[in-house]
Amino acid sequence: MLSRVADSLYWMSRYLERAENTVRQLDVTMNLMLDAGSSSAETRWKQLVAALGNPDGLEWNGDLEAMAGKLVFDPLNHASVTYSVNGARENARQIREEISTEQWQRLNRLYHQMHSAQVQSEFRTSISDALSTVIDGIHLFKGVSDTTMIHGQGWQFIRLGRYLERAYAIATLLEVYQPWLSSPSEREHGGYQYLEQVGLLRCCTAFEAYCQVYTADVTADRILEFLLLNRDFPHAIRYSVDGVRHAVESVQRTGGRRSPEELTAGIGKLHAMLSYTTIGEILSGDTAAFLHSIREQCMRIHELMYRYYIHYSIQSALAT
Amino acid sequence: MLFGDYPLDRAFDEMREGNGNVRAHYQALAETLASLPPDELQRCKQSAELSFLTQGITFTVYGREEGTERIFPYDLVPRLVTAQEWDRIERGLTQRITALNLFLRDVYSDAKILNDHVVPRELVYSCKHYRRQMRGLQVPRNVYIAVVGTDLLRLNTGEFVVLEDNLRVPSGVSYMLTNRRVMKRTFPHLFHSYGVRPIEHYPQLLLATLRSLAPEGRPEPNIVLLTPGVFNSAYFEHTYLARQMGIDLVEGRDLVTHDNIVYMRTTDGLKRVDVIYRRVDDDFSDPLIFRSDSALGSAGLFNAYRAGNVTVTNAFGTGLADDKALYAYVPDIIRYYLSEDAILPNVKTFLMTDAKDRQHVLANLDKLVVKAVGESGGYGMLIGPQSTAQQREEFARQIEANPRNYIAQPTLDFSRAPCLIGNQLEPRHVDLRPYILFGDKVNIVPGGLTRVALEKGSLVVNSSQGGGSKDTWVLE
Repeated sequence: MLSRVADSLYWMSRYLERAENTVRQLDVTMNLMLDAGSSSAETRWKQLVAALGNPDGLEWNGDLEAMAGKLVFDPLNHASVTYSVNGARENARQIREEISTEQWQRLNRLYHQMHSAQVQSEFRTSISDALSTVIDGIHLFKGVSDTTMIHGQGWQFIRLGRYLERAYAIATLLEVYQPWLSSPSEREHGGYQYLEQVGLLRCCTAFEAYCQVYTADVTADRILEFLLLNRDFPHAIRYSVDGVRHAVESVQRTGGRRSPEELTAGIGKLHAMLSYTTIGEILSGDTAAFLHSIREQCMRIHELMYRYYIHYSIQSALAT
Repeated sequence: MLFGDYPLDRAFDEMREGNGNVRAHYQALAETLASLPPDELQRCKQSAELSFLTQGITFTVYGREEGTERIFPYDLVPRLVTAQEWDRIERGLTQRITALNLFLRDVYSDAKILNDHVVPRELVYSCKHYRRQMRGLQVPRNVYIAVVGTDLLRLNTGEFVVLEDNLRVPSGVSYMLTNRRVMKRTFPHLFHSYGVRPIEHYPQLLLATLRSLAPEGRPEPNIVLLTPGVFNSAYFEHTYLARQMGIDLVEGRDLVTHDNIVYMRTTDGLKRVDVIYRRVDDDFSDPLIFRSDSALGSAGLFNAYRAGNVTVTNAFGTGLADDKALYAYVPDIIRYYLSEDAILPNVKTFLMTDAKDRQHVLANLDKLVVKAVGESGGYGMLIGPQSTAQQREEFARQIEANPRNYIAQPTLDFSRAPCLIGNQLEPRHVDLRPYILFGDKVNIVPGGLTRVALEKGSLVVNSSQGGGSKDTWVLE
């Protein structure tokens, strides 16, 4: 497969995963603001922005609706949903012959929805409805990607992009919320803390799945355990890293050459770290550093993958 | 109900004879159309248009930010060509392309035809598509023009003539193929009863043609289609053909040349490229040889080509043979190489480099069509009868300043075919562009793209100028 094509598939997928993550976190944040609680809108907004990786241009200005509108529709803000959807479509457009007609049509429709006056006015009347329209569009795209495309190298690059982005985003989110999870403020009492914890789970569509594993008995260490170490839940970091590993292994298997030790080792190390560490060990050690290390390893995997499959030097390629 | 009983004039009508009777081969079509209620036809038309849109069969209109992708206007009434008519077209095109290919080979090697004064030397060497770099270069199987789309018109005598040869990067074949698919779905019974010759194997033929031109010693050649990228107006066609042939669609930045071997960057490392079906103009193909400011091509490509390690088709410099001034010499070229008379005649052409012709043209600008020799797509044209005095003055000045750059032709009453305009049939001018493939031998799929000037009275069929297309049925 052409490196440029693999690159476009990978970014198309990452952008959509990013859009979905942003939409969901915004939705949960807006929802939490409905309850009195102790956190001001400003605090919550700052937390949201931090969980999105502190992008520029989203400094709190006191007007929540305007801020939310910006995060969804501002095509110039690199953190906005529209920016991500545009990026996904632009990548797809350049590899039109590689993806299925169904994929293209779904993505195209999502793109037109983001730019339609209808969704923007819906956003003003009911933010939640508008956001779920966007999520639906992304889910449809993912569905047809899995059912209409050959599960060859191209599809694996789509999965690679999806899971790497997801692992990175959840790690960022947990890094922001972890201090607060471990030492809830004195004023949080009654149902409010529960709401906050459920909110965090909802950011990862994890609430119902969590209940199936642990019942509705929500505690901080269980949340962390679930989102970090669960093997079977698609929005847990361990599951996502597993996805990354499978994708790279499949690319390797279908391709003619072996991945470099560095890349295999990098993924294997992260995978092992998540498979063979208990939540007790994590919490008794430096939890923040643990989470931070996941992010760094994700970035490293991205770089190695790029250096080997996408932007390799001609000299190194001719040598083999 | 549609009877198509519009008034006739001098122009040849594809459906009706001079006395108004429907031609025999159009009878079944006319009856079918007459039996359909108008709203049924509108429904067919809408479903066809929707099908184009959802398939993404669009072309890009330059210079607009939003909505730059538009569907190519499409007419529902097929254009019919009888077996006898097609036989003549096929023989004529085969003869013409064979001769033009011999001409290119000759001009880029011994230049016998110039030494024999059949074609004026200065006309060849002053052509802006002449490529000095191609002198003495051996091209695979001596095929310069593997993919051609020649534009034909039908005059009021009923005879087909050649308007121009497109020997560089002809486009439109994807519309021919998708038109057919839509028509089969829209009029299945009619299509079946007519016994239309198939065209669907074009991508397969194209692939076989490209394979036959692979460099020696490459039994399993890696064939790619080189596109300028997503901003090119024919990008849809590039993706379509690549997908239909199952080959990679590459851009210049995917290619690297090392030791005169062209590679493409893949996730499995560098992979050697053997045949490039080039949809990038000469000028933009290799910044080291042609335009140095172009990023669309690939540095070193031409040297690899010269070394015989990669086939690029069409070859470079083929635009020489579709220069509109050289066009006037094509009948002589055919006679020179094949000792035959041209089966498909040319349109009478006045060369502005000839003093007598020029005087005649300048005195009759209001009756003639003037064209710039190197332009295509309906640009750089003066249509005398539809022009203003100011436009004519402007062209007269340009002709005097640079006579080599212009030719003139009589304004042609070329044929018209019935089209569905609103709720009725109206005649519109049409041309015909068959697609010719030249590898082991010359192959022409029966039919081609019939382009329609959808504006009433318009003579310009180019899609960039408001033209559309319709399916062409060559009958058994």
